[in-house]
Amino acid sequence: MTIQLNVAQVAIRYADRTIVENISFFLREAEIGCLLGPSGCGKTSLLRAIAGFEQISSGQIQIHGQTMSTPEHTTPPEQRNIGMVFQDFALFPHLTVAANIAFGLRKLRRADRNARVDELLELVELAHARDMYPHQLSGGQQQRVALARAMAPRPDILLLDEPFSSMDSDLREQLARDVRKLLQKDGITAILVTHDQNEAFAMADHIGVVGQGQLHQWGTGYDLYHTPADRFVADFVGQGVLLPGQVLGKNQVRTELGVVSGELEPGDEQDATMMVDLLLRPDDVIHDDDSKLQAEIVGRAFRGAVYLYTLRLASGQQILCLVQSHHQHEIGEMLGIRLEADHLPVFRRYPS
Amino acid sequence: MEISILTLAMLLALPVIVVLAFVFVPTGDIWHHLASTVLKDYVVNSLWLMLGVAIGTLLLGVSAAWLTSMCQFPGRGVFEWALLLPLAMPAYIIAYTYTGMLDFAGPVQSTLRDWFGWGFGDYWFPEIRSLNGAVLMLTLVLYPYVYLLSRAAFLSQSICVLDVSRTLGNGPWRTFWLVAVPLARPAIIAGLSLALMEALADYGTVQFFGVPTFTTGIFRTWFGMGSSAAAAQLAAGLMIFVFALIFIERYSRRQARYHHTSRRHQDLRRYQLTGLSAFLAFLLCFLILFFGFLLPAGQLLSWTISVADYVIDAQFLSLVMNSLKLAAIAACLALVLALFLAYGYRLFPSRPIRFAVRLAGMGYAIPGAVIAVGVMIPFAWIDNTVDSWARQSFDVSTGLILSGTLVAVTFAYLTRFLAVSLQTVESGLGKITPSMDEAGRSLGFKPVQLLSRVHVPMLRGSLLTALLLVFVDVLKELPATLILRPFNFNTLAVRAFELASDERLAEAAPAALAIVLAGIIPVIIISKTITRSRQIAAEHRDIA
Repeated sequence: MTIQLNVAQVAIRYADRTIVENISFFLREAEIGCLLGPSGCGKTSLLRAIAGFEQISSGQIQIHGQTMSTPEHTTPPEQRNIGMVFQDFALFPHLTVAANIAFGLRKLRRADRNARVDELLELVELAHARDMYPHQLSGGQQQRVALARAMAPRPDILLLDEPFSSMDSDLREQLARDVRKLLQKDGITAILVTHDQNEAFAMADHIGVVGQGQLHQWGTGYDLYHTPADRFVADFVGQGVLLPGQVLGKNQVRTELGVVSGELEPGDEQDATMMVDLLLRPDDVIHDDDSKLQAEIVGRAFRGAVYLYTLRLASGQQILCLVQSHHQHEIGEMLGIRLEADHLPVFRRYPS
Repeated sequence: MEISILTLAMLLALPVIVVLAFVFVPTGDIWHHLASTVLKDYVVNSLWLMLGVAIGTLLLGVSAAWLTSMCQFPGRGVFEWALLLPLAMPAYIIAYTYTGMLDFAGPVQSTLRDWFGWGFGDYWFPEIRSLNGAVLMLTLVLYPYVYLLSRAAFLSQSICVLDVSRTLGNGPWRTFWLVAVPLARPAIIAGLSLALMEALADYGTVQFFGVPTFTTGIFRTWFGMGSSAAAAQLAAGLMIFVFALIFIERYSRRQARYHHTSRRHQDLRRYQLTGLSAFLAFLLCFLILFFGFLLPAGQLLSWTISVADYVIDAQFLSLVMNSLKLAAIAACLALVLALFLAYGYRLFPSRPIRFAVRLAGMGYAIPGAVIAVGVMIPFAWIDNTVDSWARQSFDVSTGLILSGTLVAVTFAYLTRFLAVSLQTVESGLGKITPSMDEAGRSLGFKPVQLLSRVHVPMLRGSLLTALLLVFVDVLKELPATLILRPFNFNTLAVRAFELASDERLAEAAPAALAIVLAGIIPVIIISKTITRSRQIAAEHRDIA
C-alpha cells in the first residue's frame, strides 16, 4: 500500500526556542495515526505543520507522494488537499449543516455536490439535520458535521486536532470508536492529536508519543504499554511505578520483591553491578493471601470491578496493585502479594 | 499588502504628524503675541473646563450607574437605557438650547419677571454664557461615558465580593466605597478620560459662550491672524492634553484586566429600595435625564413646530441631502478601510502592522479643529505646488484641487472617525476564532476568498454598526466641517451652529433636532449590544 503521509526528520524552531526536533514517521493509506503527549509537547505544532499552517525548519513533509513542506517552501493549506477537524469544530455559524459540508465542494457540479452532501449526511447519521444551523445541534452532532465537512472533498489525509476535548469524558471513548468506524468505512487516512491515551487507543492504529519536542516511540498501543521505549513513555502511558533493582546476569534483576526476569537493553546484560529501574504495572502484582510477601495498604481507590491499592514495601517503596473489588481490605492492613510478570521493561539508572 | 497597510496608516496619521512637525516652525511675533496675551487664558480655561467636567461627570455618571445596576426602584429598567440618551445631544446644541431658555428674553427669566414684577437690572440671575455654564452643558451630555463604563464594571463584578464585604460587617454604603468603587476604578477612569477628550475637542459650546480655549484659539489664530503655523502650534499644545488623556485611558484599561475577581458570575441581587430612598433614586435619575435630554429636546421640538412652515423648505432639504451624502460617503469609506486594516492585521499579525493600525485609529482622540489644521496645511501646500508648476509649464492655473473640496472634508472625517469603525470591525473579527479561517483554508480557499465567503457574512451585524456609528458621528461633527467645507456648502451641523450664533435660535432648531434624532441611533445600538452580551452571559451560565 502506498505511503500517504511521510514526515521525515522534521524540526520546528522559532527564534528563541525549539518546538519539535527530528520527528520521523509515516502512515500508509487508510491507516489512522495519533500523536499523543502532554500539553505543550509540540504535537499540535506538528499537526499544523502537516496542514501547512506552520513552517518547518528542517526535514520535509510529503502527502500522497508530493513534497509539501521543506524549510524553503511551504505549500499553502488550501493547495494540500487535506481535511481538518478543529478542537472547537469551527463550523460556519451563518451556514446550514448542508452548506457547511458543501463548503469545500465548490468545484463540483451542483448535482454531484448535493449527492456528496447527502452521502456524508447519511454516513454521519444527520440527514434530518440537513437544513439546521450549527447552534441548533448538540456538541456530538456538531462534531459529526465538522467531520463530514472535512471528509467531503475526499482529502488525501484527515487531520484531527483534539477533536474530542470539548466532549464529556465518558463520551469520548465511544465517540473515538465511532469516528474510527466512519473513517474506515470511507478508507480515509487520518492523524489525530490528543493528550488522552484512551482516545488514542480507541482510535489509532499507530501512536506516536511526543514529549518535550521529541518523538519518543512510534508503535501500537500494545507496544507502548508493554514495551515502552524509555522512561518518558513508561511514565506517560498507563499506570505503574519504577522499582529499583540490580542486574544479576542474563535478563535477571534482583528487586525487593525477589528476582524477576526483565527486558534489558542490549549490551547491559553482562554488567552484574548495574543499578536499574523496573517498570511494574498494577496488573503485574497479584493479590495472594498465601504469599509470604506482605505489603502494607496505604491507599485505595475504588474503580468499580477492581480496587487500585497503593502498597508500601518494607523499604518504604510504594507499588500499585489491582484487586477484584469483592476482596475488601482496609488501609493499614497487610496484603499478601506476588509478582506475575515476565520480561518487565528495565531502564538503566544513571547516577544523578 | 503589508506595504499598503503601512502606507495607508501613515497617510491617515498625516494630519497629526503635520501639526506636531509645526512645533519647530518659527512664527516670530505672532507666537510672542499669543504667549503674552491669550495663551494663559487658553490653558487656564481648558484646565478649569476639564476639572469641572471631571467632577460633574463623575458625580452623575457613577451614581446613576450604581443605582441602575445595583438597586431596584420604580423605573429602573427604563432609566437603564434612557440615561444614555444625552449622548445623542451634541454639546453645542444643548448649549444654545439652554441659552434660549435661560437668557434675559427667555421663558425662565420672563416668567420670573412677570411673577415678581422685576425689571431689567432688579435681580441677579446666573449667566449661562460663562465657563461654569460650559462646564454644566458639557457635563450634561458627556456623563454617559462615565455611566456606560462604570455600569459595565459594576455588572461584571462578581456579586460574591460584595457579599463577602456584607458578611464582614460592612453596610451597603461602606461596601460601595470600600469594594465596588475601588474595583470599578479603572473603568471609571477610562470613561472619564473619554469624556474629557470630548470636552477638550469641543468647539461649538465654548465659542458660543465666548469662553476662550485652545479650540477657539486655533480658529481665531488661523482666520483672524492668518497664521497657519501659529494655529498648528496651538493645536500641538492642545494635543499634549489629549496625549495625557490617551495615556491615562490606556493605562486604566490595562489595569482593568487585573480587577476581575472571579470567573463565576451570579445574577445580581439588587438592593430593593422602598419608600423615600426609592423616591430619591428615581428623582436623581429622572432629573439627570430631564435636564440632559427631555427638556432640551422638548424645547427644540417646540421651536421646530413654531418655525416649521417657513424654515423647512427646499434649502433645508438640500442641507439634509448634503449631510446625508457626506456622512454616507465617509461611513462607507471608513468601513472599507477598517475592514482592510483589520483583516490585514489578522493575516499579518506583526509588530509594525499592529503599530500602523493603532496609529490609523488614533484620530478619534484628536479634536476636530486640530485635524482640520493638519489637513489644511498639507493640502494647501499640494494645491499651491501643483498650481505654480502648471502656471510655469502650461500657463494655466489649476486653482484649488484638494483644499476647500469634499475630498479634504472626507479625508478629515476618515482620520477622525476611522477608529470607530476599526474598533467595531476588530471586535467583530476577534469573535471569529482563527480556526474558522483555518477550516476554510483546509477546504481549499485563499484568504481573500474567505473574507467574502466567511468573514463578511458573519460580520454583517458589526459592519452595519460600524457604518451607522460613523454616519452619525459625521452628521454631528462641527469644527472640522466648519473649517474644511467647500465654499457655500452647508450641512445640518454647520447651519444649526451658524443660525444659533446669529441668535436665530428657533430657526436653528429643525436642523439641530434632525441631528439629535440621528444621534439616537447609536444609543439604541449601544443599549442593544449591552442587552445581547448579557443574554449570552446568561446562556453561558445555563450551560455551566
